[in-house]
Amino acid sequence: MSTDHAVDIDKQVRVYISVFVALMVLTVITVAVSRLDLSVPVAVTVALLVATIKGTLVACYFMHLISEKKLIYAVLIVTGAFFLALLALPVFTHQNGYWIDS
Amino acid sequence: MDIPYTVEIRRDTGLTNGKIGIWLFLASEVMLFGALFASYILIRTGAPSWPRGDTILDVRLATFNTIVLIASSVTMVMAWASLMRSRFGTFRIYMGGTILLGLVFLVVKYFEYTHKFHDGLLPSTNNFLAIYFTLTGLHGLHVLGGMVVNAYFWGPGAKLWKTNPTWFTNRVEHSGLFWHFVDLVWIFLFPTLYLL
Repeated sequence: MSTDHAVDIDKQVRVYISVFVALMVLTVITVAVSRLDLSVPVAVTVALLVATIKGTLVACYFMHLISEKKLIYAVLIVTGAFFLALLALPVFTHQNGYWIDS
Repeated sequence: MDIPYTVEIRRDTGLTNGKIGIWLFLASEVMLFGALFASYILIRTGAPSWPRGDTILDVRLATFNTIVLIASSVTMVMAWASLMRSRFGTFRIYMGGTILLGLVFLVVKYFEYTHKFHDGLLPSTNNFLAIYFTLTGLHGLHVLGGMVVNAYFWGPGAKLWKTNPTWFTNRVEHSGLFWHFVDLVWIFLFPTLYLL
């Protein structure tokens, strides 16, 4: 194994530790914000925003998406589009503010 | 016949077959959990009232489990980094830690479930508990599946390290991708079910 390669891995390990600390801090923030007695829309927005930041950190650094090949990005873009469409289905169902049978 | 492109890169994809395979599998997993999240939104927005998760569930245990699962993701990536540094002994320690942390997560979940059952709170009790048990149950099965694969690489599967260390390192990386995905799902499940 070359010295450059070993140095690169050492650098990555330091990044993993930093990400771990960031995830711990964000977990504390998630729980702390939930105790602020915010209105439901604000609480949902903040909780999902923090969760998205945490998820992005895991995906980018632990799953190495920050330096992945184009084909993986292409697969994930298609997946993301279908995922969002799936989540949007209930929204369309409720666009008139009535339950599905109404 | 040997499995092709386990170590060498395919020219057309720029990846090993294992890497593209695990990402396609994870894409299907996104849709599986996505369908359940969509069901959660549909059921919640359609309900006349919906309980806050922390009035029914134990937030302290879930917070502890969140920390456990994030820590297990770190040990998992450190197990892979150990192999990249050709330190097999360190790999075994980190991989063993990952498996144990997964076990801690499931034990805590067992206590959460049995406590609910003891109080007569079952999936059939109401829609909140139905979606809670469905989502966390499916997630728990993923934790168990990841532990089985990791245990294989910690134990019998590790003999590949002696004959083909690069292939073994790739396999551990792919197993890690699944494990991190399971962590990622929990990161969204925790606030959705317990805090909102």
